[in-house]
Formats: sequence, C-alpha cells, structure tokens
Amino acid sequence: MNTKGNVWIFIEQEGGKIAEVSLELVCKGTELAKRLGVASEAVILGDKLDGKFDSLFHYGCETVYQVEDQALEPFTVLPYAQALVKLLKKHKPNILLFGATLKGRELAPRVASEMMCGLTADCTDLQIDDFEDKVNKVGYKDKLMQIRPAFGGNIIATIVNTWEDPQMVTVREGVMKLTAPDTSKKGKVVKVTPELSDETKVMKVIKRVRKPKTVDLKKASVIVAGGYGVGTKENFKLIEQLAEALGGQVAASRAAVDAGWISHDYQVGQTGVTVRPKLYIACGISGSVQHVAGMNESAKIIAINNDPGAPIFSVAHYGIVGELNDVVPKLIKAFKAKV
Amino acid sequence: MKRQLMVFVKQVPDTKNVSGEAMTPEGTVNRSALPAIFNPEDLNALELGLQLKERYNFKVTVATMGPPNAAEVLRECLYRGADEAILITDRAFAGADTLATSYALSCCAKTVGNVELILCGRQAIDGDTAQVGPQIAEKLNIPQIAYVEEVISLSDKVIKAKRAIEGGYEILESPLPTLLTVIDANEPRSASAKGIMKYKKAKTRSEIHKLMRDADYTDAQALADKENEMMAKNLWIHEWDAAKIQADVNRIGLKGSPTKVKKIENVVLKAGKVVSIEPTEAGINGLIRELIEDHTLG
Repeated sequence: MNTKGNVWIFIEQEGGKIAEVSLELVCKGTELAKRLGVASEAVILGDKLDGKFDSLFHYGCETVYQVEDQALEPFTVLPYAQALVKLLKKHKPNILLFGATLKGRELAPRVASEMMCGLTADCTDLQIDDFEDKVNKVGYKDKLMQIRPAFGGNIIATIVNTWEDPQMVTVREGVMKLTAPDTSKKGKVVKVTPELSDETKVMKVIKRVRKPKTVDLKKASVIVAGGYGVGTKENFKLIEQLAEALGGQVAASRAAVDAGWISHDYQVGQTGVTVRPKLYIACGISGSVQHVAGMNESAKIIAINNDPGAPIFSVAHYGIVGELNDVVPKLIKAFKAKV
Repeated sequence: MKRQLMVFVKQVPDTKNVSGEAMTPEGTVNRSALPAIFNPEDLNALELGLQLKERYNFKVTVATMGPPNAAEVLRECLYRGADEAILITDRAFAGADTLATSYALSCCAKTVGNVELILCGRQAIDGDTAQVGPQIAEKLNIPQIAYVEEVISLSDKVIKAKRAIEGGYEILESPLPTLLTVIDANEPRSASAKGIMKYKKAKTRSEIHKLMRDADYTDAQALADKENEMMAKNLWIHEWDAAKIQADVNRIGLKGSPTKVKKIENVVLKAGKVVSIEPTEAGINGLIRELIEDHTLG
C-alpha cells in the first residue's frame, strides 16, 4: 500500500479565476499533509494558466501541476478525466480533494470509477485516523475519515476508502476555513502536457451562458432568511425590507427557493451555501436538518415562527413566536429608532 | 426495430418529509419508518425519456436495482408509459457503494444491448451523491452530460442538450451513445388511469410465485403457465440476478465496494437555550437594544 503519497487538491478554475472552494481545500489539504508528513500539491487544468495560481502557494501548496491543452478550455468532462487519471497513475497521491461544485461532482465520480477507488461526496469534515475493518479483520493506519451528512442530513456518516489510493472526496463549499495567506511563499511548478486521446474530444460546447454571481452570502455579516412560512412571493418583500434596514443580505431556505420566490443563489443549507454570519434571522423557516446544517454556526440566531414547536427554535438563541407580518415591521421600526 | 433508451430509477426512503412518527424519542430519525418513494429526480429522468419516446420513437426500458419490493417503482414507470421493466435483484448486490452499484447497472445496460441513451436522475435523496450516473458512463466508456434540463435535438448520431453549469447553462453536443443525468427541470407526468388499470397487474417472477403459493398453486407446470400468460399479456417485470447480467461477483455488493462506513451518528438538534422574546414592541425593542449593545448589529 502506498503510504507515502502526497495530498492533492484539484483546482477548479473558470477563465483563469480560481474557485474559492479550491483555496479552502488547499488550506485543509495542507493541514492534512502536515499531519501525515507529506507534501500538499495542487493540480490545475486548463489552457494558458501562467501566472494565475500564485495564491495556491500562499495558502500552502508546495507544488502545482499545471496541465495545459486547448481541449481543457472550456471544461468538458472527458479530457479532464483522462488528464487527471494519467497524473494519478504516475504520481500516486494518497488523498485527492475536489470541491463539491457542479464540475467537481461531475468529474470526480468519473475519475474514481476509472481508478477503481472509492469516492465520498459532499464531505463536511475530513480527519486522519486509524481504521479497523472488523468484518475483514484488517487494520489501516492513518486513513482519511470522510465525514458527510446523509439521509437528507438526518445522519452523519464517517466513511473510509479501503482500496487503492487515492482516497477521493468532494468537499462542500464554504465548510473548510481559509487560513491566512502568506504572500511571500513560493513553490514548484510542474508543467504537464496531457497528450489527450481523440476520443476524449468528441463533446462540443455549443453555447455557454453565465451570469456573474451577484450575491455572496458567505461574506455577509447579517443574514435575513425566509422560508416556506413566509407564505407568498409578495410577502417575501418583507424579508427584503428587514435585510435592507439592518444592512444585511437576503437568503432563503430550500422550501422558499422551490416555491419560486427567490433564486437558488440565495439558498442556505446542505444543497445551498453554508454561512456563519454574526446574525442570522430565520423567518418562517421550520428548521429542517438540511437547512440548519448550513447556518447553525452563526454567532447569533433569531428564529421567528408562528409554530412554537418548530425545530428552528432548538438551534436559535432568541425565539419569537408570532406572525411575520406583525413581528418583522416591529423589528424594522425598533432598529431604525435606535440607530 | 425501435431505438433503445434506458432509464435507471431508484426507490428511496422519503428523507425530505420526515414526519413526527419517524422521529425517535431521542430526536433522531428512525430510517426504517420512512415511507418508500420514487426518487424525485428519477421521475424527471423518466419524464425526459418518455418525451424522447414520443418525439423519436424510442423503446423505453426502465431498470432499478433493489430488493424485491422495489418492483413498485417499476410499476410506477409502466403506469406512465415505459415499455419494459427490469428489476435487478440478488442478495449479492447488497451493501453496494456507488462504484459497485454503477458496475452492476452498467452490466444491466450491456445485457439489454444497443442502448443509445441512458437517463438517470442527478442524485437520489437517500445519499445525495450524484455519483452513480457518471460512473455508469465511465464503466460503459461513453460520454456523459450531467445536470440536463432539456434535450434540444437528437439525430441518429448526436444529441444536443441544455444543462446547468455554475451560474448559468450551456448547450453541449455529444455523440451517441451517451448518458444524461437529469435535474428537476421538467414536470413529471402523473400515472395515467389507463396505465394503472393495466399495469397494476404487472409482476415479477417472485411476485407471481408468491401469489400462486398463496392460492395453493405450487406445481411447476402451473407456475410456468402463469409466467407465460403474464409475458404474453406484457405484464411481466423481468427479474435479473447477478448471473443474468454477467456481473463479476468480486465487483458487486459489499465485496465490490471500496468505501466502508466507519460509523453513523444520528443528528440531534442542539438542545435549546433559546431566549423567548415576546412579539410585542417592548420585547422587540429590548432584543434590538441587546444586539446593538453587543455589537451584533449597528
């Protein structure tokens, strides 16, 4: 078994801009590498990437594999998978981390399948520990504990890959914290030409439409979130008014997004964004595990709900049992009077 | 001969609507108490498959891997217009992770043969991994288009599909055969009354045998006659085991699964130290004052 392999981080980039989650994973990967006494290395795929990834060194990478080919820009899954598999077979990393983005979750399973190794989706924590496979009576030292919610968030499972390395996971965005970058740090760049086969180049991107993200929930210090209890799209304006008055950001639970009152960009929870603001005001949100998982690390939580039995009250610091139409205007008025 | 399309579906516990009855006194979920439902995005995949059947005259074969009672989701497919149904069932499949599952499903697709398009829901709500679709595609060495919203066009060689990307969409072209994972972007049709009338009688071999045993018809000839009758009436749900799909026993079930579950913890919502605020002006003014004073606000 390969115990000396390094920790690798797949770096997601779009037009040369590195995804935030990849930097989060460089920080986490560097921590894991230190624990294992190996190097933290990144692999970035695309075309014309020179000078676009210094930040990876600042956050702790020692080496960056820079894999360039015209077929790697824009992203399609087949050339990406082939280029990665070739590198994995050659360098045999111990661990490989992907962001659990749309791209990461499309690419990682394809790579894991070809490598015949395990893959755990959407992890929220990673640790190093020993593992005893009691069924087969085999002990493993220093394995990656892949921790993730399952069953709609009602359970937390710890999963271990017992086959060949790499131990592969996708990790949810926003759960690993960025460490302070050291801008003086430099590292080694290894340029790689992937020599892709023709059969990986059969898919064509005919058209691509992207709207730049206008909302960044992760950076907001005050979040006012609406749930199904808001009742109507019209009523959702109340949530916006409160957010505006407090200088905060609007957000929503999955139920409100599914109801069509607000777009998915604003969704907090397991299938949305994980946030840790100074203040989170949950309005008409019942508090499903899937929502709570995305906000329960907020410094202060206020829950407003007309159902005193709503589970959201069990994670809140302040609970107000009442109607939104009554309570929210009072909050706005009280705040305006004080400031 | 009709063109062949497959839809893989899954029966899942309804993790999205956990009722009070499924909660234990400790505040955790009793998973076995959750009702079994048709995985929501698999209904979107089926809907897309049925639309393609109408537009391009495909034969739609649906398949699921699961215990004998997973035949129920296959009947649900037949009610909606699927042409043929396969239950992949064998004790040897138990405990499969996504790698072992996708291997078994790829063996099933190979056994069906000449499949031009495979459709799956993006992910199942019990695991939310979204891995099985891409892994089936890899096992079959065919391209995949993930997160499909709609099929723009289809010829006998290529498919053009619109799919979600981060912050937008793209239109991708891929040669056939290819695999699509489908997201919640269409309105799945309901079961038709006519479909239910006809196909509620559709059965797997095990189900037929059980019915016959219950009615005390147990001789081999009676069973064979009944099977033939069901096949002739197109009320036959295939039941395929590991041998039938020529699966390597070392690559299925627990044995074929690289990932092991080390432990499972139930999520218990943090015990409340919640401060109750009266919904009155005085109560709310007090709360706002407190938040300003401790610099949470302002």
